Amino acid sequence: MPHSHGSQGCCAYHRSHLTRHHKEPIVATTSSFTEGASVFGGLANLKTALENIFTIYEPDIVSVHTTCLSEVIGDDIPTIVKKSEEAGIIPEGKMVIHANTPSFVGSHVTGFSVQCAAFVNYLAESNGAKKNVINIFPGWVEPADMRELKRIAELLGVEYILAPDTSDVLDSALDGEYKMYPDGGTTVSQLKAMGDSLATLALGPMASALAAEKLTKKCKVDHSILELPIGISATDAFVNALRIAGDVTVPRELEKERGRLVDMVSDMSQYLHRKKVAIFGDPDHLTPMIKFLVEVGMQPAVVVTGTKGKKWAQNIREICSEANPEVEVVPFSDIHYLHQWIKANPVDLLMGNTYGKYVAKSENLPFVRFGFPILDRVGHRAFPLLGYAGGLRLIEKITDAFFDKRDREDPDHEIELVL
Amino acid sequence: MGDGPSAAETREKMLEVYPKKTQRKRGKQMLVNETPETPAAIGANSRTVPGIITQRGCSYAGCKGVVIGPIYDILHITHGPIGCGWYSWLSRRNMTKIRHPEETNYLQYSMSTDMQEDHIVFGGEKQLEQAIQEAYDEFKPKAISVYATCPVGLIGDDIHAVCRKMKEKLGINIFGFSCEGYKGVSQSAGHHIANNGVFKHMIGLDDTPVEAKYKLNVLGEYNIGGDAWEIDRILRLCGIHIIGTLSGGVSYDEICNCHNADLNVVMCHRSINYMAEMMEQKFGIPWFKVNFIGIEGTKKSLRKIAKYFGDKELIDRVEEVIAMEMVDVRPVIADVTTRTKGKKAALFVGGSRAHHYQDLFSDMGMKTIAAGYEFAHRDDYEGRDVLPSIKIDADSRNIEELDVKADPERFNLRKTQERKVALEESGFDFSDYEGMMRQMAKDTLVIDDISHHELEKLIELHKPDVIGSGIKDKYVIEKMGVPCKQLHSYDYGGPYAGFKGAINFFKEIDRMISSKVWKLTRAPWKDDSDSQSTAAKEPVAVS
Repeated sequence: MPHSHGSQGCCAYHRSHLTRHHKEPIVATTSSFTEGASVFGGLANLKTALENIFTIYEPDIVSVHTTCLSEVIGDDIPTIVKKSEEAGIIPEGKMVIHANTPSFVGSHVTGFSVQCAAFVNYLAESNGAKKNVINIFPGWVEPADMRELKRIAELLGVEYILAPDTSDVLDSALDGEYKMYPDGGTTVSQLKAMGDSLATLALGPMASALAAEKLTKKCKVDHSILELPIGISATDAFVNALRIAGDVTVPRELEKERGRLVDMVSDMSQYLHRKKVAIFGDPDHLTPMIKFLVEVGMQPAVVVTGTKGKKWAQNIREICSEANPEVEVVPFSDIHYLHQWIKANPVDLLMGNTYGKYVAKSENLPFVRFGFPILDRVGHRAFPLLGYAGGLRLIEKITDAFFDKRDREDPDHEIELVL
Repeated sequence: MGDGPSAAETREKMLEVYPKKTQRKRGKQMLVNETPETPAAIGANSRTVPGIITQRGCSYAGCKGVVIGPIYDILHITHGPIGCGWYSWLSRRNMTKIRHPEETNYLQYSMSTDMQEDHIVFGGEKQLEQAIQEAYDEFKPKAISVYATCPVGLIGDDIHAVCRKMKEKLGINIFGFSCEGYKGVSQSAGHHIANNGVFKHMIGLDDTPVEAKYKLNVLGEYNIGGDAWEIDRILRLCGIHIIGTLSGGVSYDEICNCHNADLNVVMCHRSINYMAEMMEQKFGIPWFKVNFIGIEGTKKSLRKIAKYFGDKELIDRVEEVIAMEMVDVRPVIADVTTRTKGKKAALFVGGSRAHHYQDLFSDMGMKTIAAGYEFAHRDDYEGRDVLPSIKIDADSRNIEELDVKADPERFNLRKTQERKVALEESGFDFSDYEGMMRQMAKDTLVIDDISHHELEKLIELHKPDVIGSGIKDKYVIEKMGVPCKQLHSYDYGGPYAGFKGAINFFKEIDRMISSKVWKLTRAPWKDDSDSQSTAAKEPVAVS
């Protein structure tokens, strides 16, 4: 059970937001701070919360995170948990873990990363006997993407532990029965066993590096940090890393998938070549996506992220150095800036989360929803963007966006049947 | 409560699992409505039980998100880390459109001071000052409002001082709201803080007279899915002019001018009753409760307004409009009722709709077996006559109560005391609200601040045909095979107010109840006994 240690508004907001993105139940508890607790500390609130949660909702683990409120007042979660243990509030065999997640530092991805590291801190352990298993930290991606990562690992015949894994949690079946703790999710024993794996692949440096580094330090599991496998070369890098770490051969089936993606890129090249793209989102999503845009012949024109990152920006400029040396890369900025930039420097395509639709509408731009959150479409949770299969979907989405606009706007005598 | 156990048994089953202290606390917030005409005292507006999975939000949401946020030509700046501003960005459907080409609508933006660690350590006042300056330079708005979030109160940023300073510097109206999320116990505290701020900083700033025979304000109507526009359409047809709707689709100027109205009608009692009271004290404008949700509610409200103004011309016009509108309504009701009659609904919504929407369901022949608010107070449950007996507890004591006096120049008693008394004697109720429980059937369940667990139990024991709730519950409920109508966002549809709105709602509930998807939840091979009936029919050959 995720538990938000702060006033309840945060918890209501993040549950609503994730629900709107996934169209799925998002359950979490909160300490429900009042003014008194905000001044004198949230010990009593958390203790009461834990008693209620374990009695009413019976989770195996309560995973506590904080808000700006409890961070500013300086609540010491481990001490509160210890006191709760002493008071007999935490039942036998159950656990409370925690991550400090001050909202005035970084972004939601920082929180994700700290939470992944907390799983390692509290759970991963090493028995000294290495098993032929590869850990995969998937980063901030969709349940469909996690499913795709597992499919690729299974195609390669690699034993793996994927953590976290929201497939079958955030895309569960509707069959008349509500399960507060759905079938999916990385199990506690898997999280513990990560310490005995041969190696870790951490996908997306911002989301996954911290946990992978902790695991190396704690249990001496070697790790490599990779980009999220979006597009051809980033997926190649992932498949190759998995091949080497697992000491396996890439099956013909996966090579064919790769070839089908290259084939589609070649088929559609005339529509993609030198098209200018404005794109915004989280750094981990943007880096491989921009690589892919360059691979298919497009020109990233303006790249904006809300996250700080000078080094990251430099890296993006290098990726674009040949395709568009003039690329505008702006970390710690916003969609308003992006919109103003586009007004002065027209582009052919906009990519980003749902909030981009207002810019797309006002500038009449083809728009591909990409990243988080997507609040007004459903495909993101059902179909992957990762892997070669995800690449096929991205090319489909980009060309659909171009063609829909063209079909809508071309004068009757110029409408093409075949494209 | 229809099928299943009695309301009292259900209540016991809901409480069973709780630890002692929680059981005691929740017990007070869960009642069987045994005597609807004299409702029992419910434990409302008390602190949330930690860890219980509440639907509630916070004071910032009540202030910025609900009451002030919809005013479209004010720039709203959230002073805090990015989350609060981000999550409240376009997530409530208080619709707006500009009505004059020179106007601006800022509501597609979310502005924030985006506090970082150093602002927490060294204070964020400079950052706020800079944000206001930047916002002014870029947009030149008529007014700017600033909203405090949790850390602001703790680190001691004086947002009001910054606002005063910048107001003087820039020469536009700039004001702040101390709506830190931990204030009070729910969104409700934020409503009160917002009412005080709007009253202090906007109401009465513009004395330009309004030329209209019948002029009123609609208070506590936020134009979700276009509700306020439908209310406006109907009132216009009757010849009644709305000066300001607080605060759906409303402009800054309209709010500053709305003390020129001769009447305030209140839709959402919870969020705006403070304003209704204060406007009556300061300007002499009477208020009464209306409900434009549901056919009967809309008719009753229109007649009440006509009776208030008392002109035969208006009274007749209202009847004409009702007759005209009913031409479209009648066939829809006749059609949907064949499928909805006798079905059961349960409603758990904020602070007003859990009551209002019972009218719409009853228009369709449906019964409400259980209902409750997230954050309403006892007066919303039991009626305003209990106000004197409500004790303000420690958690809500720090919410400011304004001391309002009659304006020496502008106070103008719209109805003489004699006229008011005469109206009251003919069954008219000023400054009153009867509450939700009086309208609910005997032995229905009333649950304040319902928890996830209680909602699950309700579905398990009673299987309502439809539940009205919010986004956090929607998919929980639907996984259990019960359709859930979001009554905050309307599931992105609407309007549901007025006559056209009622038609939309009837069709929507009919769709949900008749949808084939609920019959598909179980795979045919799961029930061996049914294998014959659920087996696919032989394909029909194309000849």
